[in-house]
Amino acid sequence: MTGAGPFHRQLADGRLHLQHGPIDMIVEADGPAPKVTLAYRQAATRFDDLLSELVSELPLLRQPVRPASDCPLQGQVARAMAHAARAHLPGFVTPMAAVAGAGAAAVLRAMSDVPGLRRAHVNNGGDIALFLAPGAAPYRLGVVVNPAAPASPGRLVIGPETPWRGVATSGARGRSQSMGIADSVTVLARDVAAADVAATLIANAVDLPGDPAVTRAPAQDLSPDSDLGARLVTVHVAPLSPDRRAAALDAGEVAAQSMQALGLIGGALIVLQGTARVVGDLPFHATVPHPGKEALVHA
Amino acid sequence: MTDPTAPPPVSGRPRREKPEKIRCDACPVLCYIAEGRAGACDRYANVDGVLTRVDPLVILDRMASDGGAVVSFLDDGRDWGGEIVNTSDRFVTAVGAGTTYPDYKPAPFIVSSHMDGTDMVTVVTEGIFSYCGVKLKIDTDRHLGPETAAVRYNGEVVGHVSTAEYGSQMMSLGGVHHLTGGSKKEGRATCEALLHLCNRQAVELTVDDGASLVVEAGKPPVIDGDREERMRVGCGSAAIGMFAQQWFRHLDEVVVVDDHITGVLSEHQAGKLLDVPPTGIRIKGHKSTPGRYFRVAEPGQGWGGTDIVDPLSIIERFDAKTAWPGLRMLMVSTTGDHAAYYELDADLRPVPTAMPDPVAASVARVQENCEPALCSVVFIGGAGGSLRAGVTENPVKLTRSVRETLTHVTSGGAEVYIWPGGGITYMVDVMQMPENSFGYVPTPALVAPIEFTLRLSDYAALGGHMDSVRALDEVTGVAHGGLRHLGRGTDPARWPVLPHRFGWTVE
Repeated sequence: MTGAGPFHRQLADGRLHLQHGPIDMIVEADGPAPKVTLAYRQAATRFDDLLSELVSELPLLRQPVRPASDCPLQGQVARAMAHAARAHLPGFVTPMAAVAGAGAAAVLRAMSDVPGLRRAHVNNGGDIALFLAPGAAPYRLGVVVNPAAPASPGRLVIGPETPWRGVATSGARGRSQSMGIADSVTVLARDVAAADVAATLIANAVDLPGDPAVTRAPAQDLSPDSDLGARLVTVHVAPLSPDRRAAALDAGEVAAQSMQALGLIGGALIVLQGTARVVGDLPFHATVPHPGKEALVHA
Repeated sequence: MTDPTAPPPVSGRPRREKPEKIRCDACPVLCYIAEGRAGACDRYANVDGVLTRVDPLVILDRMASDGGAVVSFLDDGRDWGGEIVNTSDRFVTAVGAGTTYPDYKPAPFIVSSHMDGTDMVTVVTEGIFSYCGVKLKIDTDRHLGPETAAVRYNGEVVGHVSTAEYGSQMMSLGGVHHLTGGSKKEGRATCEALLHLCNRQAVELTVDDGASLVVEAGKPPVIDGDREERMRVGCGSAAIGMFAQQWFRHLDEVVVVDDHITGVLSEHQAGKLLDVPPTGIRIKGHKSTPGRYFRVAEPGQGWGGTDIVDPLSIIERFDAKTAWPGLRMLMVSTTGDHAAYYELDADLRPVPTAMPDPVAASVARVQENCEPALCSVVFIGGAGGSLRAGVTENPVKLTRSVRETLTHVTSGGAEVYIWPGGGITYMVDVMQMPENSFGYVPTPALVAPIEFTLRLSDYAALGGHMDSVRALDEVTGVAHGGLRHLGRGTDPARWPVLPHRFGWTVE
């Protein structure tokens, strides 16, 4: 048996749900109804080949990314993943760090050439690609720290006048494995593949090497196919003292600041055990006003 | 909600030295999944070596709607209104209860709803059934193969020919021995055959030393390339009883050819009562009671499910002392599909002759009284320990509650038959369930929906997971990742939650 193929359907509120294997996307377009219908058709058509395209080069995508001059990847999305990862060389990074973001970007691109659309977004499991026509109303993205208590500590407001078209979230609480201990790191960037890699790497950097509060296990023991191989990933983080928490956040902030200085990201929101750290010029509007750049949130 | 500081659950049992990993073939990624973990999709997890799956929740809608089209979007270009949260009566089925990533993933769903002022809960779970099978009822008189003969799918043995019943051949497919007791290939073939049959798809089966057939729930069987049209009206003897009145004025003798009981009018009780005179006919085979013969021929694809091509081959002779030239005889099969009319010549030999109109009309009447031949697919599975534990902390209490009709069991909202005796072993007609209600895990095993509906107070009394009870609107509102609505019309008989289902309504 080969399992289910790509699956499309329209949700009750009009959004489009696309699913194939591990890829789950929620797609929404705003505009005249015929344009939205056309956009959804193009999105679904692009989506149908996405997984098989990636699977055909999966072993290569799980290897550390190589320089552009030596890139064996063929697929359009695979090459976009490698491109986004390459910006962070010479550190350890595989194209898989951008898989969700690059997939979302590919589907968004299939929609955004439909003339007359006002806005569109593709949310691929938390990695979000945005399209905003000039003059369109800004997107407001709720930032949820703890899925078990989904009250949002605040919103990211992204309008057409900003350069940011990608938002990605990564962390030890997410679906993917993390080498760091951040609950979540939300990154804003020009495109979602770039945001995806940056969020992954900043989340890895939020760490306390050797700290007994952190339980780790080889990635391949938890997920035999992991691109992280025998590298240790976080299994559990015991409650940390405020000092230790700040030290971990500092490490993440340094990583985020250097990425911002290189122009790779617009900003980041780093969350660890109820404490959020804002890096860069993030259009973050807290639901509850907070002093300074660090805030306690309910995690 | 789980304690956010607790380590993630690994497995219900102590860790082994080398945890077993599973290769998931649900999608092209082909993840290896370590024990106690989920694959890349979070849809399939390795729970004690068993893979666990999903899909969207299916909700039955009591208001008549457009016949329950599943949300179809690109496939046929139709627009889908998609109103989900409305005020009509709804019943959450277990189809797709496994998970609804990315939005929400509580399994099982325990849903509270109201029924005539009583707080009801429905515990909705998808059961993984490695102990399960399918009973097939194939309406045909044709010989499909000897009883107990192996039934194969893709060359693998997936079941056997069971008993022949009134106008139908039964088959038993699946069961634990074929699913998990044989080779890996046998298990996979069995799982696939069951899955397709339960999801109402056509499946080609072959019987050792027998026929090859195409079986599809709710459709006529196709046997060795021929589509079966009608079920027989009865056995040969029954046919004599039913039609003797219409025959005796126009005929001197009627032989109803059947592989079970061949009937002979002049000797049969029905003929005697109508004063049909003896004809001196001598039939080959074992005489049972007057006018009823067993084993006139071997089973086969010819007349009446026998190997007979020329019906005269079953007649030894006509006794010269009793028979007479010009004697009129009809030979007919139990479905009326085969019929021939003869008159005896001077040497008392039957000669094929043009069938008189009244006789042809009687043959047409036999045909008319045969119902359309169909394949019926009935899923059978047992709700085992782990499934019941998802409902209550004390699983045997659930069994007792079902026995006492405090708990009503449905499968995908369809009525089930629960076997007497221990456990909760149920059977359900797949035609009554939403389409594509079944899934599989590569263990191999089938994933089937099962719902337990009972009073909130009874649920508390049997140790139910009260903390997990959610209001219907909450579930339908939250699980916006996947709802599928099926119109069930307003026929109360087809609605799962009704007072007459429960023991307490007849106090």
